[in-house]
Amino acid sequence: MSRYTSNTGPDRDAMLEAIGARSIEELFEDIPEDLRLGRPLDLPDGRSETEVYDRLSELASRNAHAEGEVSFLGAGMYDHYVPAVVDALTSRSEFLTPYTPYQPEVSQGGLQAMFEFQTAMSELTGLPVSNAALYEGPSAVASAAYLAIGATGRKKLVASRGLHPHSRETMVTYSAGFGSEVVEVGLEGGITDAAALAEAVDEETAAIFIQQPNFLGSVEEVEALAAVAKEKGAQVIVACDPVALSVLKSPGECGADVAVGEGQPLGNRLDYGGPSFGFFCATQEHIRRMPGRIAGEATDVDGRRGFALTLQTREQHIRREKATHNICTAQALNALAGIIHLSWLGKRGFVELGELLVRRTAYARERLGAVVGVEPLHDAPVVREFAVRLRASGGGRVDTATVLRLCAERGFAAGYPLGRDYPEYEDCVLVAVTERRSRRDIDGLADVLSEVLSMEEVEMRGQAQAPVPEQVAS
Amino acid sequence: MNPLGDGGSPPPTSAEEETPMQRDRARTIFERSVPGRRAGTLPAADVPETPLEDLIPAKLLRGRPAELPEVSEPEIVRHYTRISRRNFDLDRGFYPLGSCTMKHNPRVNERVAALPGHARLHPGQDPSRAQGALELMWLLQRSLAEIAGLPHVSLQPSAGSHGELAGLLLTRAYHVDRGERRTKVLTPDTAHGTNPATVTMAGYEVVKVASNDRGGVDLDDLRAKADEQTACLMLTNPNTLGLFDENIAEITSIVRDAGGTLYYDGANLNAIMGHTRPGDMGFDIVHFNLHKTFSQPHGGGGPGAGPIAVADRIEPFLPVPQVIRREPGEAAGAGGNGDGQIRYDLEYDRPRSIGRLRGFQGNFGVFVRAYAYILSLGGDGLTEASETAVLNANYLLARLREGRTGRYAPIAFDRRCMHEFVLSAAPAKQQLGVKTQDIAKRLLDYSFHPPTVYFPLLVDEAMMVEPTETEARETLDGFAEALDAILAEAEQDPEVARNAPYVTPVRRLDEVAANRKPVVRQLLDSAA
Repeated sequence: MSRYTSNTGPDRDAMLEAIGARSIEELFEDIPEDLRLGRPLDLPDGRSETEVYDRLSELASRNAHAEGEVSFLGAGMYDHYVPAVVDALTSRSEFLTPYTPYQPEVSQGGLQAMFEFQTAMSELTGLPVSNAALYEGPSAVASAAYLAIGATGRKKLVASRGLHPHSRETMVTYSAGFGSEVVEVGLEGGITDAAALAEAVDEETAAIFIQQPNFLGSVEEVEALAAVAKEKGAQVIVACDPVALSVLKSPGECGADVAVGEGQPLGNRLDYGGPSFGFFCATQEHIRRMPGRIAGEATDVDGRRGFALTLQTREQHIRREKATHNICTAQALNALAGIIHLSWLGKRGFVELGELLVRRTAYARERLGAVVGVEPLHDAPVVREFAVRLRASGGGRVDTATVLRLCAERGFAAGYPLGRDYPEYEDCVLVAVTERRSRRDIDGLADVLSEVLSMEEVEMRGQAQAPVPEQVAS
Repeated sequence: MNPLGDGGSPPPTSAEEETPMQRDRARTIFERSVPGRRAGTLPAADVPETPLEDLIPAKLLRGRPAELPEVSEPEIVRHYTRISRRNFDLDRGFYPLGSCTMKHNPRVNERVAALPGHARLHPGQDPSRAQGALELMWLLQRSLAEIAGLPHVSLQPSAGSHGELAGLLLTRAYHVDRGERRTKVLTPDTAHGTNPATVTMAGYEVVKVASNDRGGVDLDDLRAKADEQTACLMLTNPNTLGLFDENIAEITSIVRDAGGTLYYDGANLNAIMGHTRPGDMGFDIVHFNLHKTFSQPHGGGGPGAGPIAVADRIEPFLPVPQVIRREPGEAAGAGGNGDGQIRYDLEYDRPRSIGRLRGFQGNFGVFVRAYAYILSLGGDGLTEASETAVLNANYLLARLREGRTGRYAPIAFDRRCMHEFVLSAAPAKQQLGVKTQDIAKRLLDYSFHPPTVYFPLLVDEAMMVEPTETEARETLDGFAEALDAILAEAEQDPEVARNAPYVTPVRRLDEVAANRKPVVRQLLDSAA
């Protein structure tokens, strides 16, 4: 077994002698007798490193992953290529093994990386203030709600149904503590129903929440929605895909007060959902309400440029119950991966990535749409993801899970089923495209869908003759 | 281990000569940008190169590209390697940051986390095709339940503070379910700052409980404050003084009798694994810091993970989804498989659940590392890890009771400690004119990371020292000798510590000025 300790038996004896204790048990004397476990932990015995590797490797082998199939799964996390320099640099001990930079004199590397990260995120979102990252996307959305409630003194949160279902659910969970209420606004033609939003927003509304692009992949008209909210004095929170911001107008330019989002597409692997990072950017007005760490420039006693955690009086370790948030440990290493990836892409590469995604996604939507039984759910503009409704080739309703299983058996993760989160889209899947999915992969998916949708076993039993529902927003 | 630091001789006592690293002034990646340079390449376009405006209306498109740096790959590698050297890290030296459990980060954990079956597994993958991941999560849940002495686990919270929020939202749901509206949460004056901050976020009011003269909870104060408005007591045991509260059974029963829940802040779990369990002490909810106790690298401030274990009375309210195991006998209609095999699944149908706390299933990559760590050590290894952590702390404390540290920075509560202890440099301040801050900064010159300073708040000039089990005896000796040397310098000339550090990449920073006019991003020429 691996113990990772250094002190030998003789070391222990000498140490106990220095302490003046007869045994190690004596050091645990303060634990009352009746609270002691009094038996070994019921866990397997320790194993050697090679056995641990083999066991974990065996577990990993029972997962279908993006290296072993052609994956069009997205829904908030995307199979982008993580450049080798990201792994090489983030695995350096100097970045991997320190903790929060409470001693700035010996944490300049981490602090400078945070400052660079903040600069990049501020550029992407078009908002002047960024923090050094939160846990991940949906909890960042809930944190934006907390800021908006604090800033406005209002407690009604109006969320588009295009906001990631996990973000909406997280906001509802947190609302039990915030004393807030989440009101949902539906979609029309694949984007937020502007009229319904205008109706929902009132003088009690702390903020509206729009996702860009939204969960169905559609590009929202954020500017128009923001204007509606501002009229009523509500904050505008935009949850965005950072990679889509390579080509889309920034939330800041669209009138957002806060832009948040899931940072995974920037330099972070899928990892079955985490760790990644959440980002949080805001207008200057909110700088003292921001959650989380913020690195700032500072000068040392000799006049050298340096960096330090700044505005710490917002934070829990100083402000305690009056803190702007309870967050402490967040995702510094994941944010570092983000800034390295962005530097690697660079000013031009980032735009090229966005353009490639838009074009391949447009191609994929058209190509899949030409398959009998596949119909795009809407025709709103998209960047890297779109939803399609599935039918059997003969026109009957299909069982989505069966379709996906049959595609998987043919080496394709065809998409993310929408049914759990959107009962109205029970027969729809979300298809995501990254730079790793070539035209050939897309053509392959079209062929597999064509084959699978013509199979008898995909049809919903007893509903084969059901009429095709009306088209949506053509 | 040379007690005098990397240089082999005492570090300079003044800043007369700039070190090479100090001469290398900070330049950001943006300042290294040269138009036209690039690193990354992308696959060639294999689909029609339709103008973007034909696919997305121009009014929705960005007017100008984001001002990202233009740098070549070699320059990126140089830049981040260079700035990385401006960090002190655990692999370089002793990092006794109290409450943070800076133990060795086993590299096999990194290797198994990077396996494509883990690293490239999409969180939206159908559970039937992610059985290895779900089994791993289920096994980790079982392991954590055993260590905590509480039967049910949710891995979802992203860090300790997120686990705390989960705990108070569970508390709220529990009381609401019983038709009660309680408004107050008790926290001892030794609590981590995250505790009171969480109380506010969860919509409760903080009620502070005093400490007694042995560093434990003042029982009379607790009795006076625990009432029908008490929703919960948040406590860590051993507490932030590194002391195990001998009255813990009484404490939990007072709160339980008042109708409150008991929340255990697991930041200090490294002291007690295999010896006692929060569940057995009477707690209802525990969070784990997988980045502390279970060796996930701290990453310069994350990632971590903050799973929670709970008692039966809290279980119905756990977040969704829950990782569950379906036994072979379960009928297919009930979600079972009916084919005689064990299956793991994500369970969403939990009507009394508080709901989701974040996206997808949690920080899975951290779970892989934590599980690899538990497998490596086994039950007896974890027990021994706690023993060695406590041994190392008491040994270091014994060394520091001697000589100048004993005189100028004595232990705050004169007892044996668990895995960490708190010194008070108040005598150093009074007699030598050297504060905790100065000692901490001088330690940097000696190539040691300082302890946690000025926490817990009830100790004047506090220094909170947590050596962890992975440190060798000679490292602890070296640290003790460095502290003694620093105080010896201070006896001669307090200015040495007051102006320290001298050899770090930058010296003391003017944080007051930085706060007054915060510069939190680089201003770029073409920025709007």
